[in-house]
Amino acid sequence: MSNKTTNNRAWWLVAPVVMLVAFNALIPLMTVVNYSVQETFGDNVFFWEGVRWFEEVLHSGRFHASLLRQLSFTGIILLIEIPLGVAIALTMPKKGVWVSVCLVLMALPLLIPWNVVGAMWNIFALPEIGLLGKMINGLGIDYNFTRQPLAAWFTTILMDVWHWTSLVTLLAYAGLCSIPEAYYQAARIDGASRWAVFRFIQLPKMKRVLTIAILLRFMDSFMIYTEPFVLTGGGPGNSTTFLSIDLVKIALGQFDLGPAAAMSLIYFLIILVLSWIFYTLMMRNEEQ
Amino acid sequence: MSIELKRVIKQSGADTHIYETDLKFEAGGFNMLLGTTLSGKTTLLRLMAGLERPTRGEVWFNGQDVTGIPVQKRNVSMVYQQFINYPNMTVYENIASPLRVVRASASQIKEKVGQVAELMRLTPMLGRMPNELSGGQQQRTALARALVKSADLVLLDEPLANLDYKLREELREELPKLFQGTDATVVYATTEPMEALLLGGHTATLSEGRVTQYGPTADLYHAPRELITAQVFSDPPINTSRISKRGGRFYLSESVSWPVPERIAGLADGDYTLGFRPHHINLHPVGEQAIEVEGRVMITEISGSESVVHVQVAESTWVSLSHGIHLYQVGDMARLYLQTNRCFYFDSDLRRIET
Repeated sequence: MSNKTTNNRAWWLVAPVVMLVAFNALIPLMTVVNYSVQETFGDNVFFWEGVRWFEEVLHSGRFHASLLRQLSFTGIILLIEIPLGVAIALTMPKKGVWVSVCLVLMALPLLIPWNVVGAMWNIFALPEIGLLGKMINGLGIDYNFTRQPLAAWFTTILMDVWHWTSLVTLLAYAGLCSIPEAYYQAARIDGASRWAVFRFIQLPKMKRVLTIAILLRFMDSFMIYTEPFVLTGGGPGNSTTFLSIDLVKIALGQFDLGPAAAMSLIYFLIILVLSWIFYTLMMRNEEQ
Repeated sequence: MSIELKRVIKQSGADTHIYETDLKFEAGGFNMLLGTTLSGKTTLLRLMAGLERPTRGEVWFNGQDVTGIPVQKRNVSMVYQQFINYPNMTVYENIASPLRVVRASASQIKEKVGQVAELMRLTPMLGRMPNELSGGQQQRTALARALVKSADLVLLDEPLANLDYKLREELREELPKLFQGTDATVVYATTEPMEALLLGGHTATLSEGRVTQYGPTADLYHAPRELITAQVFSDPPINTSRISKRGGRFYLSESVSWPVPERIAGLADGDYTLGFRPHHINLHPVGEQAIEVEGRVMITEISGSESVVHVQVAESTWVSLSHGIHLYQVGDMARLYLQTNRCFYFDSDLRRIET
């Protein structure tokens, strides 16, 4: 080790990355930390508040309600998107011209910006003029997502499933494609059933990519903002006010920067901890 | 169980993978399929297993037509080049899986898995997952799965190709013993001539979708009927050259000639093709009928105690394999000794000229 040449000028090569990370992660995060422990009335005048905002947020019924909504939403869409995505991936062709057609079709929803997705589904689901809304009402079901909480939830979930199932499908498909043909032959020689092939070959082989898919969908859906904001605006009432929408309401609507900053940090920690727990559990299984 | 391919053809679209093939393997035999990559070995195995249906022709097991019978009803087992095991089952469960499919009783499974694991030296590994095993152990597990089934037909598709040298030698020694005393007919596909020689039994050589010859392995090696068989069954590749026969002598060039062997003395004068294996042309005289040839050195490779020298002789490029370490510079002239009593002679159709 001692004969290694040191060249401190090499640090300049790292500088751009350090700057980038500083400006888009560290500095904003520290600003939030700064706000979360102080009270300000503008003019750059701050008063020390300690952990008061954190206590306030953690004890507020409003935060509990948004968190519960957020957890339910994420849970529901994971329960739908993961099995559905895998099921679609299983039916996709493995070779031939249809492969690229299917892949492009599946990738399309992923290419649409979030606010456009929100706007599309807003119009699509309007009870008077939207294709979906009009159709459901035409079936004799009273459906109006701007007035009924249940309908709002249904539409939001449907929109998310439409937007993001493709991601799971593409990841699962990549996992399936990496299974050598010999595995299927071996299973056929054994006389294994279609279910056994899925359970004992495809699922274990897809485990890694599915872990990634679940993590991505968990984090993304837990942070969902734009689509429900454009679709329902968090309503009717507060029925689709998820954590991020609530956060923006507090920070920009009410300009309560202290509580909003405290809430951001708690929010951030929840995602971090849940992701870490999930990842550790999945990887521990992997090692066994 | 004997297996017979009757006028089997396999096409896929416009491509013909297997040209009309007749092949019969006797019950309990150890058979090699020897050929380069894409010569059709795997396709033949798949046709025998029933994973694919022949485009034309029939597959018979023990004198019965099984062409239309699906693979799971044929009682075959197959081991692949890749180590194929169920990834989330223990070694025990993996070995037990073929027995579970046929709903064997728990005590029966335990006994059989125990036996096979002992035979394959996997007993200490039974509780582990496949990804915790070395490559050799993974392939042993796959072989154990094939063994435990007591299949009538065992197909091995280059099972040792992905193993490192030491393990390959070890398993290669064990393999024929494993199937001794069972009625199983074994078919073993390989690209390596050495492997075919070491494993013995019978060999079928394959080239571009055709079986060029089938018979006891040693016979194929010592008496190939065609040049193509000799080429498939030689590593490093067999050397060839145009020669002409005039009077009682073969002429490689005006200055290099040797007498025609007695057994083919009646041969008409004309052009023929000479073929001989690299270890029959040496840097020092071997045997009594060695003749001297001069060649220009192109490459020299030293492998342990042997030297492989590529030389240009007249218009041909030959490979010579000799004992000992001999170093040459590129462009040197080397004196080589060809063992003429070991040469094969082929006619214009590239068939070997026999007595």
